[in-house]
Amino acid sequence: MSAVRQFGYSRHPDQDRDRLRAAHHDVVVVGAGPVGLSLAIDLAQRGQRVVLLDDADRIGEGSRAICFSKRSLEYWDRLGVGQRMVDKGVVWKVGKIFARDALLYQFDLLPEPGHKRPAFINLQQYYAESYLADRTAELAAIDLRWSNKVTSLERHNDHCELTIETPDGPYRVSASYVVACDGARSALRGMVGADFEGQAFEDQFLIADVKMTAAFPTERWFWFDPPFHSGRSALLHRQPDDVWRIDLQLSRDADPAVERRPENVRPRIERMLGNGNFEFEWISVYRFHCRRMRRFVHDRVIFAGDSAHQVSPFGARGANSGLEDAENLAWKLALVLSGDAPESLIESYNTERSAAADENIRESTRSTDFMAPATAQEARMRQAILALAKDTEFAKRMVNGGRLSVPSVYDTPLSTPDADEWSAGPRPGSSLVDAPLTDDGKDIYLSDAFAENRDGFALLEFANGTSAEIDANVRRIWIGGDGLADTEGLAMKRYDATPGAAYLLRPDGYVAARFRHPSKDGVAAALARANGLQ
Amino acid sequence: MTKLSTSSNFVKPDDAFRMILEAHRGLEDSASHALDTALVLILANHIGDLDVLREAIALAEQSAGKQ
Ligand SMILES: Cc1cc2nc3c(=O)[nH]c(=O)nc-3n(C[C@H](O)[C@H](O)[C@H](O)COP(=O)(O)OP(=O)(O)OC[C@H]3O[C@@H](n4cnc5c(N)ncnc54)[C@H](O)[C@@H]3O)c2cc1C
Repeated sequence: MSAVRQFGYSRHPDQDRDRLRAAHHDVVVVGAGPVGLSLAIDLAQRGQRVVLLDDADRIGEGSRAICFSKRSLEYWDRLGVGQRMVDKGVVWKVGKIFARDALLYQFDLLPEPGHKRPAFINLQQYYAESYLADRTAELAAIDLRWSNKVTSLERHNDHCELTIETPDGPYRVSASYVVACDGARSALRGMVGADFEGQAFEDQFLIADVKMTAAFPTERWFWFDPPFHSGRSALLHRQPDDVWRIDLQLSRDADPAVERRPENVRPRIERMLGNGNFEFEWISVYRFHCRRMRRFVHDRVIFAGDSAHQVSPFGARGANSGLEDAENLAWKLALVLSGDAPESLIESYNTERSAAADENIRESTRSTDFMAPATAQEARMRQAILALAKDTEFAKRMVNGGRLSVPSVYDTPLSTPDADEWSAGPRPGSSLVDAPLTDDGKDIYLSDAFAENRDGFALLEFANGTSAEIDANVRRIWIGGDGLADTEGLAMKRYDATPGAAYLLRPDGYVAARFRHPSKDGVAAALARANGLQ
Repeated sequence: MTKLSTSSNFVKPDDAFRMILEAHRGLEDSASHALDTALVLILANHIGDLDVLREAIALAEQSAGKQ
């Protein structure tokens, strides 16, 4: 079985306080899943003290996310855990789609070289959580309390009060901000009186992690109507430790309790693999949902990850989008808490991440609908596309076996619209694009140069004599001249740069503004805008 | 602003109508449905314009509602 990791509960002095004199904390993060853990690390690295609560005292039961995106890895690099994830994970970028037993087409999610991180790694979610938990232990500013379950929440004008249940009984704390990362079944969602709106899919999916030595390549294989599982879809994907994720669509009326039994799962998988040389790591049956909260910010209670939005897993958009929530929120909350930005900056988290959630829900709904047609005509349309896809390019591109997570692009008030002409490069509201560079002859990536700058804005400048005069708080990433060398010219190309051009990067690696010829005032205005000061 | 052309585009409209009709002749309903479905997708891609497609769908819905 999967590696369960046990953490100890220990009593905290907060629990000895009088009920009426509850300890006060700036930020309490509820839920130590991938999102809550990453957020806590990010906040701590930005100088904030964080209390992180989780109702469990262990990780590693069950199996959930396996595919982590390039964007998530770049984020984890900034949190100091990226390399460990990549070392353990299996790297992949190719997906193949089969109809019956024939290859219909294949896609490559990162066709160009010159990026530090791969398109995706596969890694069991419990490893990711375990490495993040190790990282929290290195940061004195994080106070992680296991077996601490939030059971009630009271909202006041400038703070919240939480009641927390522990093995030693309940206690209370107050917090300026509470971030609810308590997962899809979020209790905090109910505590603020919000609902979860969206679509439920009737089809059920059997997810099995099996251990076997097999020679299949590290590619995502997806079948429509394969001979071993007639009329339905199937997926096979490698994970570390010789574990393979197998995903089989079941009928709507299948009985999950029966389908989950190993003796019933075994023949299905033997038919698929052609042999019985495997052991089960985990089996579960899911019915998927695509839904979200209408608002992610409820005064001083902010929702991130699955508590705020939930998708079906076919685009690997669950944890990956939750991590994007964390990176979007951390710097804003840190600026607000340190008094450097107005509280209204938090509203841009709601704007940006709501739009991202809509996009993720749209994409994963489309994939799930394609896999599980709801009506006879939907089934006919899918049949037509699969048949046409053998010979036509257009139909291949309509075959939807999952559209994998890509970073969202924000239409946001924090961006300064382009005033100059650009024919390529990330536009304001898009995320940093990686490129290979050298630093004194040593190979590094642009994402490394950015990661060094953990806590603030950065100006990425393409050298042209002197650098622009800017706010002292903005770090410079200087390419060309006596700075980092763009030996292959890829940074120049990927940023459509001309000598003197500059990109203002937000702390989450998103482009706030770009200039062909930055002026002190222009950069200052863009910076103010990105800090919500306008 | 309408982009969908509803003026007559064929020199001999009867030929076009006939061509589609003959493609269906002799087919069971299920085969006819499958043929139409493929045809819609092929032609939609050929048009390659979401605005035109949207207008075409609206017009089709309207006329289907009148039948
Ligand atoms: C079969 C399957 C496959 C998936 N595959 C992928 C994939 O490949 N890629 C991907 O990106 N995503 C995938 N996902 C989605 C991914 O697992 C979730 O999106 C992710 O776990 C969400 O993280 P989270 O931190 O928001 O919530 P969770 O991981 O659910 O963590 C919530 C935490 O909050 C704690 N908690 C709950 N209530 C309380 C409380 N009252 N007080 C204190 N603590 C509390 C819980 O114990 C838990 O630790 C998959 C999901 C499934 C089911």
